[in-house]
Amino acid sequence: MSVTKLFSIALGAILVNNFILVQFLGICPFMGVSKKMDTALGMGVAVIFVMGIASAATWLINEYLLVRLGLQYMQTVAFILVIAALVQLVEMFLQKAVPALYQALGIYLPLITTNCAVLGVALLNVQNSYNFIESVVYGVTGGIGFLVAICLFASVRERVDNCECPKSFEGFPIALISAGLLALAFMGFSGLRVF
Amino acid sequence: MNILYAFLVLGVMGAVFGCVLAVASKVFAVETDNRLEPIIEALPGANCGGCGYAGCAAYAQAIIDGKAEIGRCAAGGSDAALRISAIMGVEAKEVERTVALVRCRGYDRQLKGPYDGLEDCVAASKVAGRGPISCKFGCLGFGNCVRACKFGAMTIQDGVAFVDREKCTGCMSCAAACPRNLIVSIPYKNEMYVSCASVAAPKISAKVCKNGCIACRKCEQICHVGAISVVNNVAVIDYDKCISCGLCAAACPRHIIRDVLDQETVAEFKAKVARAAELHKREIAAAKAGKPVGPA
Repeated sequence: MSVTKLFSIALGAILVNNFILVQFLGICPFMGVSKKMDTALGMGVAVIFVMGIASAATWLINEYLLVRLGLQYMQTVAFILVIAALVQLVEMFLQKAVPALYQALGIYLPLITTNCAVLGVALLNVQNSYNFIESVVYGVTGGIGFLVAICLFASVRERVDNCECPKSFEGFPIALISAGLLALAFMGFSGLRVF
Repeated sequence: MNILYAFLVLGVMGAVFGCVLAVASKVFAVETDNRLEPIIEALPGANCGGCGYAGCAAYAQAIIDGKAEIGRCAAGGSDAALRISAIMGVEAKEVERTVALVRCRGYDRQLKGPYDGLEDCVAASKVAGRGPISCKFGCLGFGNCVRACKFGAMTIQDGVAFVDREKCTGCMSCAAACPRNLIVSIPYKNEMYVSCASVAAPKISAKVCKNGCIACRKCEQICHVGAISVVNNVAVIDYDKCISCGLCAAACPRHIIRDVLDQETVAEFKAKVARAAELHKREIAAAKAGKPVGPA
């Protein structure tokens, strides 16, 4: 494990293989809570948090339970279970121990429980056979990539909302088109590589 | 055999997580006041923010913490205040109903030039020279207040924002959205208002708008309860003193002091004003004769 490897994982997760705009995971919150910049920011921060701890927990479960027992084919189901339980636990813990953070993350934390970006990061960790540190880095930077994408998109949407556009495109259709254009822009990062 | 294995492992995992969560919910239980839920229910649930808190739940919490007084909810009015007082076990205070009011009726406003920018009051007000319309203080009419209103009480009529008094709950979300600060809160029972907020010099106000206050002070002179005064080139009514007699409306040479309903016909309005003027004459006569003023 070298710093270069970690850096390339981070760069890949944030730009080259951005979870939303390149891998199209987690589209639901991406469209749902991107109407305003502050909600997008809250969601992004919550996703970073959850993806980080979910990567760590699922790596441990996979390595010490599923692989030992030869149950790798159960990964998807087991990870859903682990992530859902973990998010609930963290939520309860935060409410008691760090009410300020709980208030800041608010409703976004339970919303993420079933987010496919979070499940995706757990499965991709296994697919890419990352070790523990690499998994956590991939999770956190994947979350940062999510934050970057959703904040960019929210600022685009805030502007689009104020502009006149053809009646048939108003609201959601124009948002989908802007999302497509943003994804197109992120295609420009493909091929970016750390040697 | 394999199926059984998978079934068992997942079952055990589920059971363990379930137990951990059950224990955690006891360990990390946060005590909430049992009055919180009923108070949230007593509030309208519009989350309009008129009380100054982030939403109805936040306001309910503030009431329980003793940080906020009970009558802050304009949308719920005295009904909500009564119910909350009952829950909190304190004496209820009557809440006077207030409604929003737009201090502009500049229907004949002129554009300084073509405006092709965003259909948004804040954006329009930032255009050089304080916006695209000739009056620097008037309603821009792009409807930020309409979008801010959660009760459907605001409309744009002839290019100027208008409040439906019956639908308005007095939350003042619209006032926060207005970049011109044109929207104020007035008591529901009052009927007179000044339909101009231009603090420009009288000459300019007169030039840019037919409905602009020219600070002639006729209303100030005629008001016998001292409720109206001209401040910064525009008439302002003190609603603590105003008795809605309509004398100022009668005296105003530009008809900018109006009845809040704004919908009555010109004939009705003139008749009403004439009655007010008649009353005023009698009062003056009575005052000269040294007699107390009787009912009209």
